[in-house]
Amino acid sequence: MTCTDEPVLEMEFAVARHDFAAAGEAASRVKQVLRQLGIASHLARRAAVAAYEAEMNLVIHSHGGKIVLRVDSERITLAARDSGPGIPDTELAMREGYSTASDEVREMGFGAGMGLPNIRRCSDCFEIDSTVGRGTTVTAVVNIARPGS
Amino acid sequence: MPLMEAKPVKLEDIAKLIDADVLSGEDKLSTLDVCTACGADLMSDVLAFCHERTLLLTGLASPQVVRSAEVAGLSGIVFVRGKKPGEDVLELAEMLGIPLLATDFPMFEACGMLYAAGIGGTYQLSQTDRGSTGNASGETRP
Repeated sequence: MTCTDEPVLEMEFAVARHDFAAAGEAASRVKQVLRQLGIASHLARRAAVAAYEAEMNLVIHSHGGKIVLRVDSERITLAARDSGPGIPDTELAMREGYSTASDEVREMGFGAGMGLPNIRRCSDCFEIDSTVGRGTTVTAVVNIARPGS
Repeated sequence: MPLMEAKPVKLEDIAKLIDADVLSGEDKLSTLDVCTACGADLMSDVLAFCHERTLLLTGLASPQVVRSAEVAGLSGIVFVRGKKPGEDVLELAEMLGIPLLATDFPMFEACGMLYAAGIGGTYQLSQTDRGSTGNASGETRP
């Protein structure tokens, strides 16, 4: 996934493991920033939903990580990176309904195996790269300009 | 069964219809029109399938419900079956400007009352949108 355009903006949001009280703050900030940049509301919404699901995944499953927001004239790119534990079977993790989340997480309305599929649903381009013991990077791209337009 | 034609209902009228207390967003009672609503306890479903400006009815009272509403651009939240959110949820809703209502009616009955009053559903809206710019998830895709 390469991008030749100069970034208009690049921001990082730290996400702490099991910090459920703060979960969603990064996604809210992503939406605010995109609005301030004048991004169309339906695109900002898609990016914010992807960011929220990615943020919840970091809070629920990871040892902690960060979400990097990058915006240029053509696309919004979100990269959620963590330092582990990694996903043994990403194909299985992408299946709707598959989840390893706890009952505590389910009581908050998450953990039903919809997180990664929702990120993909909101994205024009989606990648997941994970190595057990090293970590996971999920990249979601929302195009701003349609090709040829 | 043919789908009803959705019509806007003011938030204050929604509160009366389901005998709801207003916990947050009193200033929007007479100005906010609601055309669609959805009932869900799974926030990932809300994020995936609810359109913007939809009213969410839910039995969950966690801060994540308010965050989901903000991120998805929902018009407000109704807590059903007597659920009362904590101070942290109320403060977050005030900060983000999300109206909160609370009713003792259970989910099925609260949704039924609103549907009978003319509030449409997200599936109904997606059928209306089909052929224009939206898809079933309410998202516009290139």
